[in-house]
Amino acid sequence: MSSLQSLDIAARSATTTATPHARSTMEVAKLIDVSSCIGCKACQVACMEWNDLRDEIGHNVGVYDNPADLSAQSWTVMRFSEVEMPTKDEGSRLEWLIRKDGCMHCADPGCLKACPAPGAIVKYDNGIVDFIQEHCIGCGNCLIGCPFNIPRFSKKDDKAYKCTLCSDRVSVGLEPACVKTCPTGAIRFGTKEDMHEFAAERITDLKERGFENAGVYDPEGVGGTHVMYVLQHADKPELYHGLPANPTISPMVSVWKGVTKPLAVAAMIGAAVLGFLHYVKVGPLNSDEEKDKEEV
Amino acid sequence: MSIERYRDRTRINHWIVVLLFLSAGLTGFSLFHPALFFLSSLFGGGTWSRILHPFFGLVTVIGFFFLFMQVWRDNVWNKGDSEWMRKSPLLLRGDEDAMPPVGKYNGAQKAIFWLFATCLVLLLVTGFTFWRPWFADAFPIPVRRLAVLIHSASAFILILGLIIHVYAAIWVKGSVQAMTQGRVSESWARRHHALWAKEVSGEK
Repeated sequence: MSSLQSLDIAARSATTTATPHARSTMEVAKLIDVSSCIGCKACQVACMEWNDLRDEIGHNVGVYDNPADLSAQSWTVMRFSEVEMPTKDEGSRLEWLIRKDGCMHCADPGCLKACPAPGAIVKYDNGIVDFIQEHCIGCGNCLIGCPFNIPRFSKKDDKAYKCTLCSDRVSVGLEPACVKTCPTGAIRFGTKEDMHEFAAERITDLKERGFENAGVYDPEGVGGTHVMYVLQHADKPELYHGLPANPTISPMVSVWKGVTKPLAVAAMIGAAVLGFLHYVKVGPLNSDEEKDKEEV
Repeated sequence: MSIERYRDRTRINHWIVVLLFLSAGLTGFSLFHPALFFLSSLFGGGTWSRILHPFFGLVTVIGFFFLFMQVWRDNVWNKGDSEWMRKSPLLLRGDEDAMPPVGKYNGAQKAIFWLFATCLVLLLVTGFTFWRPWFADAFPIPVRRLAVLIHSASAFILILGLIIHVYAAIWVKGSVQAMTQGRVSESWARRHHALWAKEVSGEK
């Protein structure tokens, strides 16, 4: 939401020089254990409460998801997926997979890469990716850059919003609001290292209970994320309301933004310089009348 | 003696398109690369640049359409143009005597004209797909990703063409005057557009 003095900045959108970044802090992460989530939506309420957000009252669309999608006023939404999973005795059973959706806080954020407004998106040294709305120009590139389809625009101010991982709370040593409120301990917060350790324990537990493919979701394609999931079926993340198995920044965004644009700028400047040099070397093309004039 | 090359209507249309494209181009540039973001200050900041850019772009295309209707017939490609293009490296070395005579436009001018038209159509079509807040939501994200790419690529090619267009006007003396005052000298016409000179003077 705002640039915080107590958090150093590791990366800044549309900025080609180094960011203010003398200190360095530990990487933090939020771990969401899907297997312990009961779908109570207390995290949604805590998010609304802390961030002072009030979405419009929506309509029931036939599923438990409420609101039906993320919005500028709803930075996290519980996604309910009913799936039929095969059992060992070749039968099947119904599983209710409830995933808390929201910004994943990628180590390599596609939104930040795609953003053309200097400083509108920052990645703090602790890994939190934050939108600084007063610098946002409302172009929508963050939405195109995001591999998880997270940012949403406010109709009121035409700026993009998403989960801040409660950067304001974290900067003063508090855990995010959703973590604080979760009644089952399904959402945890700490250093990324600690969260991995905790996840490993949960995974051992789940495997003992028969979830052979239990695992942690910390996708490599975006350099890892600072919101991680413990999934019962980590081999099939798509089961969890289409969580991408291999999220990466689309090459249409990364290549163009990364290499091509500076080259394109150089080419345009080069063409103009080349024209000038051509003029210096070859000189103008005159018609005879002008030649005559010059000779006179 | 001077010859009329561009009517009042054509010249005014041309310069309106220039001003509009300049505005569209500068606002576009400011979003193209961080090094050019400062250009957004000319239009009241980043947000204003983003708001204005699509409008500038749209009216540029509309303006170009009227220009297109006036000059496209003179820009139809013919065999002579291909030959002219083959020999164009000689012209670049300053040897205009080696060039075959051309009509109202030479091959390079025609190529640039069609390049502008093509790029502007691409810019228009792709631009709508991520025009916030009105049209972008109607298009799926993969479409918008591709569209942004095509949009910037066509703008890049258009601007390279534009640099050639502007340079050629400066290089070939008397050309700028043709577009500002509408008239060229007879010797200019005979030298650079011999077939056109014959045509307008009534010789066959």
